[in-house]
Amino acid sequence: MKRQDFSTVAVAGSQEAGWLRFAGIQKQFGAFQALAGIDLEIRKGEFLCLLGPSGCGKTTLLRILAGLEQQDAGSLYMGARDIGRLPPAQRDYGIVFQSYALFPNLTVAANIGYGLRTGRQEKARRIEELLDLVGLPGSGHKYPAQLSGGQQQRVALARALATSPSLLLLDEPLSALDAQVREHLRRELRTLQQKLGVTTIMVTHDQEEALALADTIAVMRQGHIEQVGTPEQVYREPANRFVAEFVGRANWLPVTVEGEGALRLAGVTLACGKELGVSGPTATLFCRPEDVCVEPHWQPGGNTLMATVERVDFLGGLRRATLSLCAAHEITLLADVGPNDAGFAALVPGQRVPVRLPPERLRVFAGGAA
Amino acid sequence: MSVLALPWRAGMGALRSRDEQLAAGLVWLLAAALLLFLAWPLSAILVKALQARDGSYVGLANLWELAAEPRMRVAVWNSVYLALMTLGLVLPLALAFAFALTRSRIWGKPAFRLAALVPLLAPSLMPAISLVYLFGNQGLLKSWLGDASIYGPVGIVLGEIFYTFPHALLILVTALSVADARLYEAAETLGAGKLRRFLTVTLPNARYGLISAGLVVFTLVVTDFGVPKVIGGQTNVLALEAYKQVIGQQNFGKGAVVGLLLLLPAVLSVLVERWLARGHGAAMSGRSVAYKPGRNRGRDALLWLFCGGMSAFLLALLGVAVAAALMKLWPYNLSLTLDHFDFDQVDGGGWLAFRNSLKLSGYTALLGTALVFVCAYLNLKTPAPRLPAALIRSLALLPMAVPGLVLGLGYIFCFNNPANPLHGLYGGMAILVAATIVHFYTTAHLTLTTSLRQIDPEIEAVARSLRRPWWRSCLQVTLPISLPALLDVARYLFVSSMTTVSCVIFLYTPDTVLASVAVLNMDDAGDTAAAAAMASLIVASSLCATLLINAAGWLLNRRAQAWRVA
Repeated sequence: MKRQDFSTVAVAGSQEAGWLRFAGIQKQFGAFQALAGIDLEIRKGEFLCLLGPSGCGKTTLLRILAGLEQQDAGSLYMGARDIGRLPPAQRDYGIVFQSYALFPNLTVAANIGYGLRTGRQEKARRIEELLDLVGLPGSGHKYPAQLSGGQQQRVALARALATSPSLLLLDEPLSALDAQVREHLRRELRTLQQKLGVTTIMVTHDQEEALALADTIAVMRQGHIEQVGTPEQVYREPANRFVAEFVGRANWLPVTVEGEGALRLAGVTLACGKELGVSGPTATLFCRPEDVCVEPHWQPGGNTLMATVERVDFLGGLRRATLSLCAAHEITLLADVGPNDAGFAALVPGQRVPVRLPPERLRVFAGGAA
Repeated sequence: MSVLALPWRAGMGALRSRDEQLAAGLVWLLAAALLLFLAWPLSAILVKALQARDGSYVGLANLWELAAEPRMRVAVWNSVYLALMTLGLVLPLALAFAFALTRSRIWGKPAFRLAALVPLLAPSLMPAISLVYLFGNQGLLKSWLGDASIYGPVGIVLGEIFYTFPHALLILVTALSVADARLYEAAETLGAGKLRRFLTVTLPNARYGLISAGLVVFTLVVTDFGVPKVIGGQTNVLALEAYKQVIGQQNFGKGAVVGLLLLLPAVLSVLVERWLARGHGAAMSGRSVAYKPGRNRGRDALLWLFCGGMSAFLLALLGVAVAAALMKLWPYNLSLTLDHFDFDQVDGGGWLAFRNSLKLSGYTALLGTALVFVCAYLNLKTPAPRLPAALIRSLALLPMAVPGLVLGLGYIFCFNNPANPLHGLYGGMAILVAATIVHFYTTAHLTLTTSLRQIDPEIEAVARSLRRPWWRSCLQVTLPISLPALLDVARYLFVSSMTTVSCVIFLYTPDTVLASVAVLNMDDAGDTAAAAAMASLIVASSLCATLLINAAGWLLNRRAQAWRVA
């Protein structure tokens, strides 16, 4: 790669959409197919989470993007530049690993300044700036072992950002931290990323983390991307059962299809806001617990069924009720009810309550209930 | 070579920056050097094994002739039996000692460490000389043995314990010294008792080191000829057989065959090493918490007694020869004298031999440590091309099982040939340095690989992403972390080159005669006291070098290891 290639690329690569592009990335480890042709586009400044269970290929995809692993087939573009065959040093990214991989024998300042090629004064200034940025002012002289996990994480982040890379890669960066620190750092990470506007790709298996942080989530399974969308889309409109089950809690109710957008659940006809897109006699109805409305009074029609309260779990701000349908006891569903919701007072085990399933919040998937 | 590399370039090949291409080039170069200075001489032996005295091709005739001799079968059996006996005794002893040094709070650790490494300072002839002085026909303590004779298996095993103990200890200490305290805390909170923690955390983590140490001890004993030569009596062993065939009968073909038999443990080592390397991850990450042993008076008292006893045994085997060197006529006239150090009165090489040995050891320690580290580092921490990397991995394990005699023989067959373009090296110091580095390559390689494997591999991944060449992270991060292991290696190479006899015995000339060779020649000639004196001199200079390196290490450690205690 010659030097002048960079400058021509900088002009050509300024368009925002599809700034970073995976095209047909494949990777095979022996007989195991880690990635089966991944296509993905990332906008400049976007925060993308690669979400999936372990072994789904998300870390392999990140390592291929980092140049630490080489794809068997497919290309990678950053702007107009094909980076698929470049060594890591020429790809212009910063990376944070789950283990942080801080240089244990260098001070925090030396860790952060490792990639800086500026003069001594300019370097010191930049290190101070970065330490302020990650909320660790004055810690430059310490060694990594003297810091807490959260602090080490911040140092690793500062080191990755030091050279102002155009891409930030995060490999499960928060999963080694305890819950409170993790939540705190998560917020800071999001603020920092928006402030700097650096395109960020994070690998995680924690759906909550992905929902809270990402502009876009790519849900992966067995080397495939199952869905790409905003957290809202992935949560509200999962593309398939795998996504719906992996992200958030869900009710799965067996229904029969009666054509023209009508479904029957335990003898009651339900309207569904979306087009069904399924044929065949049976299907599965998908509905989030917080979308199930427990009503104070029975009103016939309008997607309402009678159910018995089986148990109520206290979840802090919410209560999660386990309900079984009166017409079909074997069908249970979960409902999250807040103290300001109308049916809150009725949640007593053994009580019969009317339950409404809002048509616009229902989705139907082919096949029987799991 | 680039043509040869093509099939492998499809994999890792393309993703190298310019500095990493340089690394790849270096790996090729190092692999070529190992081929040149290890594989080529060894194959020269293979050729020689198939030739009669006059150089004509005789196929396997040498082997069949040897196999027909009953004394050969006895020698094979003796070698294996004595090696297993030594292994069974040395491994538990070395493990306990390493455990005491790394995982207890016993008093006087530095002194014990030094005492345990003392055998490294001496040629393997020396414990045998001491044993003869102690338990021989005129020995002070001959009555302790009752009817048994020191000349034979008892003497050999005692001498070999002395000789192999520090080799096993070095590897085990390295394996045990990088411990993650969190594992022990986890085990303790799960209710594991002390024994269970030892069995489930310490031993599995030290497994790699234990097996390495076992392989090293076994092959050292099989291939050593110094101890059996002096104290073996009628007990014939394989290494001695090779020595006798070559030195005694000048039958190079048969000597080469016996040498090849001694290569068998190498095959075993390579296979075991391969199998082990697969399941061995990093034990030390950026977040690891260094283990600090707690106080346990019972354990520490027991370990202290054990270390004391072991140290006394080792020091006694060294001290007797030193004492004999300083006395007029052991054990009859015990008045002190320096007469035995007037080497110019006896044959063997005199003070020139001693000066040559110092030169050889200095070069070997400096060049050898640098070479082994660069080789191990490039192989483990940079995207090394597969073919030369695999070559280096296999070749690096070979020298441990190659008896020095056989390596030396190979060097003659190979470099003494006027047709060889490197013929100019023959007869000089350079070929002695090359042979010595190659001879001690494996232990140095294993020590550094074990240490490098324990460093988080993602450290290099981060360094690559920060657009800095590999040598920067190597010099700034990996090298300082590996400093204790590096100093161990430098010290090991220095003292090993001071003490080695077998690997240089065919390669020295009157101008490049060495101290250890002088010991052998003097002992052979019956000048036992002068031999003891020269051996003592070797020990003294090795000791000085060790103390100097330790002092340097202590100073550097205080700076570079601040992060460890932090």
